[in-house]
Amino acid sequence: MGGKINTRRLSVAFESVVALKDLDLTIEEGEFLVLLGPSGCGKSTLLNAIAGLLDVSGGEVWIGGKNVTWAEPKDRGLAMVFQSYALYPAMDVYGNLAFALRVAGMKKDEIEARVARAADLLSLTPLLRRRPSALSGGQRQRVAIGRALVRQVDVFLFDEPLSNLDAQLRAELRVEIKQLHMRLGNTTVYVTHDQIEALSLADRIAVMRGGVIQQLADPDTVYHRPANRFVASFLGSPPMNFISGELVGDGGTRAVRAGEVVMPLPHTPLAAGAVTGRAVTLGIRPEDIVIGDDAGTADFRWTAPITLRESLGSETLLWSSIAGSRIAIRTSARIAAKAGDNLPVGFASDRVSLFDQKTEERI
Amino acid sequence: MAVGLAFPDHAAGPAPRRLSPARLAIYVFLAFSAAFFLVPIYIMIATALKTMPEIRGGSALHWPVAPDLVAWFKAWSSACVGLDCTGIHVGFWNSVRIVVPSVFLAVLVGAINGYCLSFWRFRGANLMFAIMLFAIFIPYQVFVFPMISISAFFGQYGKLPGIILVHVIFGMPIMTLMFRNYFAGLPIDVFKAARVDGAGFWRIFWQIMLPMSKPIIVVAVIWQATASWNDYLLGLVFAGRDNLPMTAQLNLLVTAEMGAHEYNVDMAATLQTALIPLIIYFVSGKWFARGIAAGAVKG
Repeated sequence: MGGKINTRRLSVAFESVVALKDLDLTIEEGEFLVLLGPSGCGKSTLLNAIAGLLDVSGGEVWIGGKNVTWAEPKDRGLAMVFQSYALYPAMDVYGNLAFALRVAGMKKDEIEARVARAADLLSLTPLLRRRPSALSGGQRQRVAIGRALVRQVDVFLFDEPLSNLDAQLRAELRVEIKQLHMRLGNTTVYVTHDQIEALSLADRIAVMRGGVIQQLADPDTVYHRPANRFVASFLGSPPMNFISGELVGDGGTRAVRAGEVVMPLPHTPLAAGAVTGRAVTLGIRPEDIVIGDDAGTADFRWTAPITLRESLGSETLLWSSIAGSRIAIRTSARIAAKAGDNLPVGFASDRVSLFDQKTEERI
Repeated sequence: MAVGLAFPDHAAGPAPRRLSPARLAIYVFLAFSAAFFLVPIYIMIATALKTMPEIRGGSALHWPVAPDLVAWFKAWSSACVGLDCTGIHVGFWNSVRIVVPSVFLAVLVGAINGYCLSFWRFRGANLMFAIMLFAIFIPYQVFVFPMISISAFFGQYGKLPGIILVHVIFGMPIMTLMFRNYFAGLPIDVFKAARVDGAGFWRIFWQIMLPMSKPIIVVAVIWQATASWNDYLLGLVFAGRDNLPMTAQLNLLVTAEMGAHEYNVDMAATLQTALIPLIIYFVSGKWFARGIAAGAVKG
């Protein structure tokens, strides 16, 4: 298989707006890469540029060792799945699945064999004679995935394929897509704004903003060691808690002082630029704040006044504040705390992320 | 009750229907509007079914004493149109020969134009579209003389292909507008998917886009068929003596200066000429409304 994708100094401009500028990205063969970001961040633009559906204004796109920058979409060895399913409404499911193969002039029995295999894989066999209008959303998207499967190409591109589905179907199809990838091993580029999809599906996540990749790493790293404040706040629900302060202390006993509060950071790995007096933002995930007895061993402990309790079924969110910043604490569903309580809480300093206040980059 | 509104205690189920003065006014207005169009049609039908003495003697609003179709047959096959006394059926078939190919070609050209303008965005596409939009609002008459020169240059002046082409050209802007707006409302992803699947310009047009365009095709066909069937000016100028459409022949028939005016024949011939657009509307009115709405909401 030749599914390695490279973009070299890739730029895309619409009229006067620059959507992507000098973007370098390498996607390894067989990798599942998720492009994650808010709308307008350039993730769909990048996907369309890889697919050949829009003209690039600069740079190159390489797929499978070939420079396909000027190649037609069909000649790039890829298949694509769209958010709106993009099925051909005048054809039945079989016609939709077979269309690309018919265009390619494939023999009839080979087409039938391939369609049958894809339909079997996606449990579409009983639906082959139905029109798309007679299918549910989940079935439609499976047909769209099937249309990509029959082509037997090296690269799959997904453009927010689950965004039009309700939550339950989304979770089901997410698992199906993951299993499909494990089984077929195609190089996959998957665009989404849904962090759950990104975290659960990706080998690596590229978090994008303003046409620039903010961080490109495995889901664990992106979640726990975000490269900057944007990534930290885009992932997680609720997002990471931020406390503004100033870096104090020297050597091994650094701390962040926020107003009256001093939070020691004995186990936080810090870069060389972490000099005393630097204005920083301390970030800590809601689930990294521990409560009650567990807080006893934490590097930093305080008593948190609870202002609001949100029960989410499987877990509970407690809202509090420290040094003027609102913070969320994620804890078990069975906790007895309610608004007005004062709870002993704390966090371990190795879970802390520090960002420069000006550049917002990780320190 | 604190609000100060009186609600009946026994209220249950659907609210009782009441005829308010406003409702009544609406019905009266609608009835009047309908009569405005229906009365002339009634007079035409009634007159066409009368004999000449009865027309001269009675009121136009009276229903004929003994309705008969003599005038209808005469109008169709033996009334004098200019010098030939062969009725209006010659014009009918001329119109069919002009309208059928011109509808087919105009709709096809409009569909292709709209498809290009919506999906294959090329440099200057917006300018082209603006020019066509502009052309819709220019009166035909302005073009008549230049068009005569052009069609004479190609040796098509006064010939059947010439008048068909003129209809196609004059129909093209509005056809293009209809199809462009309809296609603009279709999901672009379908087009992208077809391109990734390897389909080219024509295959996407014939196999993907046209099958999705049934509502707008119906609207376009109705529009173009009605416009070219009802056309008088272009037919008179460009069709030539042998191909005069039904409308032009109808004019010759009713303005004939020989003898007394046979109003019953005139009315019958007029109704026969108007029949085709009427039938088209009755058969496809539902589709027409649906297609217009589809284009309006999404375009």
